[in-house]
Amino acid sequence: MSLVVNNITKCFSDFAALNDVSFQAEPGEFLALLGPSGSGKTTLLRLLAGLDQPDTGTVEFDGADYLKLSARDRRIGMVFQSYALFRHMTVAQNIAFGLNVRPAKDRPSKAEIAATVQRLLKLIQLEDLGKRYPSQLSGGQRQRVALARALAISPRILLLDEPFGALDALVRKDLRRWLRKIHDETGVTTIFVTHDQEEALDLADRVVVLKDGKIEQIGKPLELYRHPQSAFVFEFLGTSNEVPATVTDGVASFDGFTAPAVSPKALSGAQTVRFRPFDAQLSPTGPGFEAKVLSLLPAGSSLRLELQTPDGKVFETQHAHESEASDLKLGDTVFVRPSKVYVF
Amino acid sequence: MKVRAPEAPKSFPALVLLAFAVLWMALVILLPLVNVLAEAFKQGVQPYLSSIVQPDALSAIRLTLLVAGIAVPLNAVFGIAAAWCFTRFDFPLKGLLLSILDLPFTISPVISGIVWVLLFGAHGWFGAFLQAHDIKIIYALPGLVIATILVTLPFVARELIPLMQDQGTDEEVAAVTLGASGWDVFFRVTLPNIKWALTYGVLLCTARAMGEFGAVSVVSGHIRGLTNTLPLHIEVLYNEYDSVGAFAAATLLAGLALVTLVLKSLLEWRFADELAAHRRH
Repeated sequence: MSLVVNNITKCFSDFAALNDVSFQAEPGEFLALLGPSGSGKTTLLRLLAGLDQPDTGTVEFDGADYLKLSARDRRIGMVFQSYALFRHMTVAQNIAFGLNVRPAKDRPSKAEIAATVQRLLKLIQLEDLGKRYPSQLSGGQRQRVALARALAISPRILLLDEPFGALDALVRKDLRRWLRKIHDETGVTTIFVTHDQEEALDLADRVVVLKDGKIEQIGKPLELYRHPQSAFVFEFLGTSNEVPATVTDGVASFDGFTAPAVSPKALSGAQTVRFRPFDAQLSPTGPGFEAKVLSLLPAGSSLRLELQTPDGKVFETQHAHESEASDLKLGDTVFVRPSKVYVF
Repeated sequence: MKVRAPEAPKSFPALVLLAFAVLWMALVILLPLVNVLAEAFKQGVQPYLSSIVQPDALSAIRLTLLVAGIAVPLNAVFGIAAAWCFTRFDFPLKGLLLSILDLPFTISPVISGIVWVLLFGAHGWFGAFLQAHDIKIIYALPGLVIATILVTLPFVARELIPLMQDQGTDEEVAAVTLGASGWDVFFRVTLPNIKWALTYGVLLCTARAMGEFGAVSVVSGHIRGLTNTLPLHIEVLYNEYDSVGAFAAATLLAGLALVTLVLKSLLEWRFADELAAHRRH
């Protein structure tokens, strides 16, 4: 029961929103489509739901050609960014909608529908709010109702468009855990779209990184983090600092010191290398890149520094509170040595 | 959104403005209304009633209700269809078509009548054809209906378009992904979402359809007891110096207008919460 997407291309007038996109979602998998706005992720979701048709390519589910099916017949549960709850219906009526509109021969009895609604209300922990209208709910509650409504039709696949986009940070974190739990309980293949890399890495089994309508990389969160295939993926997943270096056989040489270099391909010679804020060591003397402390911010469990080199370049580094960085003051001069770099 | 409650006027200019507004309204709305009633009952209740139940008056009432009864449902259906097209699809010349939809608002009703005479009258484009087949449009019920339809065309559509634009298509798309047929989407999602705006538009449309004078006057031919609607009937009586009859009939029209107004206010009052909730959502 896997979903196979092959060579999908979709153009709007002469702009290619999706360019030769192929990926596969395994049964029960939780997949994230991650990319900045304009990367084509929402277009891809709409194609899967049947709300748009691709120019070329195939979408197969369990061996069946899905592009031949209309949105109505795909049985894909979709949770919209705006939730799109039916405003004139109660929460219970919203959840029951997909069952009520089935043709008479496939429609469950009234009692069965009521039982399903009760079960789902319990699942989303809103048992007492079945009679409320969407306008009487908070954002997080609406989101959960939208999810229950999509689950009511026993979807083959669940699609979520920026599921946490409209919520505040605290609710967001809570709902994230909860969504993962629901997914694990129901076992339905889930694909969600997000532009938030933290959300994608935290939640998904695998992440599909999109850029300008093309897939940059597909992989498990840790894989993406440890072995980014492109500078885009590296930079999109977190803060990045750039420095020049000479690379030979997986080692980056700087003026007076070296660091291991991770690269998807064998590169050598003069290169721009990148390092993460926490892959940096500071010391009061050289060798290293000389820099002045521009700002010192306690960022939760660690200390975040902004350092400026004499030629104006700014590094961002991160250190433990109890480290060489904790004694620094604004304006101090330090030497920055990357301890691990990435080359693309 | 909370709106700050307006306060009672305190300053002198505010009081002057208020007094002017009240006086002006009394002068141009209340005074004529009182005058209509006073003239209608000038000779007592008996003459008033007898001028209402005379056959020509009753026939005018029937005809007015019949014309509105045909024109309003047709315009309601057209209004829904037009609003659907304008808010759910993109097509060339959409802006131009939207402006044309407003033409009946801006054009003189006399012209809305004359165009039909030019098309279907004895010397019109289709005049010879209609005569040959013995079809009567001008100076008959069909003419009254199409003239009324033209004049009241935009009322329902104009109420629905901004609302449907505002509501967007998300709910309809969601309904489709949940397996709803086009029929289900319309009757379970679209229609319930626009029902109050639709009712409102139909009310306005009805009031205008029953009160229409200019366009109807041109195509009617003023045949007493046959093609005179209530407004035309009033004019005929007035021209014959039957002021009690004219004003008695006028009270009926004014009454219809008041009923419409009351219904409209009731609607706004009863469903204020729901309408506000729609906008908040």
